[in-house]
Amino acid sequence: MSGALNLLIGLALGLNLVALASSRLPSVITAAAVQGMVLGVLPLLLEHEFHWLVGLVAVGTVAVKGFVIPGLLRRALRAARIDREVEPFIGFIPSLLLGAGGTIAAVAGSRALPLLPEHAGTLLVPGALASILTGLVLLIGRMQAIAQVCGYLILENGIYLFGLLLIHSTPLLVESGILLDLVVGVFVIGIIVDRIQRAFDSLDTRKLTVLRE
Amino acid sequence: MKELLLIIVPLAGAALAGIWPGDRTRPWLLPATGLVHAVLVCWMLVNPPAVAPGAWLAFDPLARAVLPAVSLLFLVCAAYGVSYLRVRAERPNRVFVASLLAVLGLLSAGHQARHLGVLWIATEAVTLAAVPLLHFNGTARAFEATWKYLLVGGTGIALSLLGSFCLGYASLHGGGGGDLTFAALAAQGPGLSRPWVLAAWVLLLTGYGTKMGLAPMHTWKPDAYGEAPSIVGAMLAGGVTTVAFTAVLRVRQVVDAAGESAVATRTLLALGLGSMLLAALFLLRTRDFKRLLAYSSIEHMGILSVGAALGGAGTWAALFHVWNNSLTKGALFLSAGNIQRAAGARTEDEVAGMAMITPVSAGIFVAGLLAVTALPPFGPFFSELRIVRVAFASGHGAVAAGFLGCLLLAFFGLTRLVFAIVDGRPRAAAKAAGGRFGETASVIVPPLVLLGFSLWLGVATPSVLPEAWDAAVRALFPVP
Repeated sequence: MSGALNLLIGLALGLNLVALASSRLPSVITAAAVQGMVLGVLPLLLEHEFHWLVGLVAVGTVAVKGFVIPGLLRRALRAARIDREVEPFIGFIPSLLLGAGGTIAAVAGSRALPLLPEHAGTLLVPGALASILTGLVLLIGRMQAIAQVCGYLILENGIYLFGLLLIHSTPLLVESGILLDLVVGVFVIGIIVDRIQRAFDSLDTRKLTVLRE
Repeated sequence: MKELLLIIVPLAGAALAGIWPGDRTRPWLLPATGLVHAVLVCWMLVNPPAVAPGAWLAFDPLARAVLPAVSLLFLVCAAYGVSYLRVRAERPNRVFVASLLAVLGLLSAGHQARHLGVLWIATEAVTLAAVPLLHFNGTARAFEATWKYLLVGGTGIALSLLGSFCLGYASLHGGGGGDLTFAALAAQGPGLSRPWVLAAWVLLLTGYGTKMGLAPMHTWKPDAYGEAPSIVGAMLAGGVTTVAFTAVLRVRQVVDAAGESAVATRTLLALGLGSMLLAALFLLRTRDFKRLLAYSSIEHMGILSVGAALGGAGTWAALFHVWNNSLTKGALFLSAGNIQRAAGARTEDEVAGMAMITPVSAGIFVAGLLAVTALPPFGPFFSELRIVRVAFASGHGAVAAGFLGCLLLAFFGLTRLVFAIVDGRPRAAAKAAGGRFGETASVIVPPLVLLGFSLWLGVATPSVLPEAWDAAVRALFPVP
């Protein structure tokens, strides 16, 4: 079971690098969406016996992260008719190097962390740290609002991975509440992206500079 | 049961607002719900209910010490909101009214949350429910402010989730059974895994500090407060910041129990004084009087943080200051809203001589300014004095000196801008616009009531409040 788990997390780590290296917005969106779906099925692997709420949460996560939110972002992209090239503040090679270096550091560094024996052999913690780093690099290093939202999605995926450490000990009610909040959050962001596009006729966050001291 | 009513009543009001047919009558749901909520909270303030030990949501001493202030602020803002929405009749208000009521319900949930996960869910939901309020004006500037709020606030709240997981893992690693209520975590105390507790403290303080608007996580605040309608600004500055502050206090209790209170004290002091200094410097140069209120709010969050760093007595003063800050800042926001509407602008380049155009609002604004810069006999003077005294008594002389220095700088900055817009000769455009703006009782009485509360807290604090703050401090700092 741990093998399948690590395989899926390894896939998610690869998708981080894809998102960092992509020069076209649709492929960044796809990377974030596939990563969300891959991570969405993890709770099914982690639970020893099947519980209907776990199944529901997994199906909900896959549906929302894999289809609803990417759909919303792609719609905004079509409506905006903007240039689909990603414009980086931090260039592709430096962000890729940052991501790769961060992943290696996360895998090496998490050996030093005080983890319970059942978590020490999995990639859960390094995967979480590397995804959080990737998300932050995308949030800071990209100019279009849509690329920043993808960064936020990957950041959330990383935190979600970390949360899986607690899946056996926290009540599922709390976990589903957290998931619901995240989903609504990204949904609200998607709607605001749509509105910004209409108000500014652009999704370039460099144009959001009226308010400054 | 009553603690759940505090959450359900506003949420039911929000649902009702969602299906209510008339735009003209819908705003009355705000004061109606606010009144029920305030009566219920005040009744519970006087007759505190018993708290079940393992409860996830309860009107516990900490909630009792601060939630009534938020409820009173909401009631007054709601009364003001009726006339505000009548003036803004050109915009549909369904989403606005529903979101504002939802914010009240979720704030009640956040204040009463005794579970790490529930606390996070409630504060995140408040953040999201406030989004439609921020871009109510529908301008490009409003959307820009909303975007910054979402991105900075969202990242902050994501970090606090990570911090919550770390704290949960600290418990799991220390052999805990996965009970994530604050009481259980504090009871586990030294059994918590230290490295994870420290990681959790840093992340949670960053996350909830972003929500409070502590520097350097404050960047969303001037934009959001500047672009949002005044009642929204008042609720953000007096309600949302308060829930984040109680969250910090609850987490701090666990960190103390784990034996890391020295770290907590140092970080709170550094963030608090840093916020005060940064806010004071920006207050000296900002030209926009609504952004001025945002910087003043950052300064007061710094004051709360310094108070919380100074142990039990300091936390008592900080709880007192929560009341003063919420109610006084509310008066400032509402009167600033009147001035802005009469003048049609917000910067000192365009606005002057408002004492002639809106004499009453200008008067309230100046009185509120003096209250917020700690002029006796207004409440903030007494709470800030108490913090200074605690600092001296506990051997933090340098902290007290820095604290007073920042207050002085902030005083210069605030008075500079406020008198620039109140004094002088009115601009021609403002005269024409001001003629159309009537200072009716419905826009004057609410800020006046809030100012009255601030004065009341200073001159004659009702004895039930110190008792509630005592109880909260006893719960947060149990004597071993």
